[in-house]
Amino acid sequence: MSVALLTISNLSKTFDGLKAVAGFSCAIAKGKIVGLIGPNGAGKTTVFNIITGFLAADAGEIFYADKNITRLPPYRIARNGIVRTFQDLRLIASLPVIENILLARQKQTGEHWLAALALRKKVRAEERKNKELALEILNQVGLANHDEHLAGALSYGQQKLLTLACCLATEADLLLLDEPVSGVNPSMIEKMLALMTQLAANGKTILFIEHNLEVVMQACDHVIVMDAGRKIAEGRPEAIKNNPEILEAYLE
Amino acid sequence: MTCLSFHGFQLSMKPSNLREHVEFIRALGVVMAYLLHILILINIYIIIAISLNLIAGYTGILSIAHAAFYGVGAYVAALLAVNYGTPFLLNLVIAMAVAGAVAAVVAFPSLRIHDDYLVIATFGFQMILFSLFNNWVGLTRGPLGIPGIPQPNIFGFAISSHIEFVILTGVCALVVYVITKRLVESPFGRVLKAVREDEVFAQALGKNVIRYKILVFVMGGALVAIAGALYAHYVTFIDPTSFTILESIFMISIVIVGGAGSLRGSVVGAVVLIVLPEMLRFLGMPNAIAANMRQIIYGTLLVVMMIFRPKGLVGEYELR
Repeated sequence: MSVALLTISNLSKTFDGLKAVAGFSCAIAKGKIVGLIGPNGAGKTTVFNIITGFLAADAGEIFYADKNITRLPPYRIARNGIVRTFQDLRLIASLPVIENILLARQKQTGEHWLAALALRKKVRAEERKNKELALEILNQVGLANHDEHLAGALSYGQQKLLTLACCLATEADLLLLDEPVSGVNPSMIEKMLALMTQLAANGKTILFIEHNLEVVMQACDHVIVMDAGRKIAEGRPEAIKNNPEILEAYLE
Repeated sequence: MTCLSFHGFQLSMKPSNLREHVEFIRALGVVMAYLLHILILINIYIIIAISLNLIAGYTGILSIAHAAFYGVGAYVAALLAVNYGTPFLLNLVIAMAVAGAVAAVVAFPSLRIHDDYLVIATFGFQMILFSLFNNWVGLTRGPLGIPGIPQPNIFGFAISSHIEFVILTGVCALVVYVITKRLVESPFGRVLKAVREDEVFAQALGKNVIRYKILVFVMGGALVAIAGALYAHYVTFIDPTSFTILESIFMISIVIVGGAGSLRGSVVGAVVLIVLPEMLRFLGMPNAIAANMRQIIYGTLLVVMMIFRPKGLVGEYELR
């Protein structure tokens, strides 16, 4: 495996005696699409929540590009270049699509209150540039012409695309996508997978949770299988597909 | 003959002799003073409503401690003026700084909790601060209040007439309006709306949510201190009864009735909730009953608004 962008070692998390994550370790290589699969309650989303700082791990360490990010708050982890989507769609439904994407831009001068008051010219210029970029991203994900619509007015599939667009607008290198194609119609699935492949080709690294094995086999370079908080297997999709232990975990 | 009764003055529309002419002009003067007084109150409450809207309407922090920060502003300005004879503008700046600092002290423990718990925590701080106004007799003279607060003197220009106060409070309200408008329409304001709608999403996009919340709380505290200082220097007497929990609830009512997350809403809300109860005077209602009627009107208005227009008169967002 090539150079690891994200390294997780011995991660553990217990909720009221329930071991949600138990000594989970893995390494995610740069520029790859990695699928994280496993039955319900395997601890996939918990791993996501720990990586992104929304949950504190009981034990274990996470390194991102050689930096220990284990106990950083969520906003610092995002600023370091790891962004995520959520299983229950999160976006600002009452704001227009374009505002959601603008919100995602990092290091905005105008997000400081003094700059918002005193450096209005600079803030406006920056805002114009960000708007152009936002429109490009919308075009890229296939939401062109939706920029002025309220985010809440989009269809479910479109909202999933928008959350991905927000991730792209942050310019983060590692995208954690929690079930990006669940509940989405087949043509939209194709669109999303094509987009992910294109992003990986452009140097983004994607770790995503998915239940649909077919989707996983189609999209992933590498698959990690979790069960009961542990990693039970990992490897190339074909190898995983022919592993009886995994099928068993799913059938249980 | 058409007659208007007002504070014991009979205002006849067609004066017929000299005595009636004199009476008419005197009465007119009182009416003018009264109308200007209402205008000054409206200006002060516009500042209050906008500063609270920044906290509650734009950022979604439902605080019922706002009257306490208003009180801190008023007391700081009053005590400085009475004890040290410092000029109005200096009192104003120090009042803002102190109220902002007190807001920061309230914000640090309160803003890590959410929803109902946050409301209750701000309620607690409202009680604590009111208790200080009421019982720290050595500093505030307690229920006796602070009389004899001088009227403002700005670089040698004395503010004393009603018209001058209308202009002073109007300029302050305009400045607060413009500053807040620039803030909420900037990328900074966009983050505030994101914090209000979905804190988790904002955090996931790299926004330091707690920092924004504390900052906005401190800003709101500092801005409402402007209203407090103006009030103290205008009425020249303050006591704790102006800064009770009821006052805080009244302030939230203005924001909700006008429209949370709308600056025009705060202006409309302040005008409606100040003017509406004043109308009762013209129904010839005795003062004791009118005061109770006011509470009933506010309450009814809130209930009706929640059912028929939860976004407020001119607002876009529902306060959740």
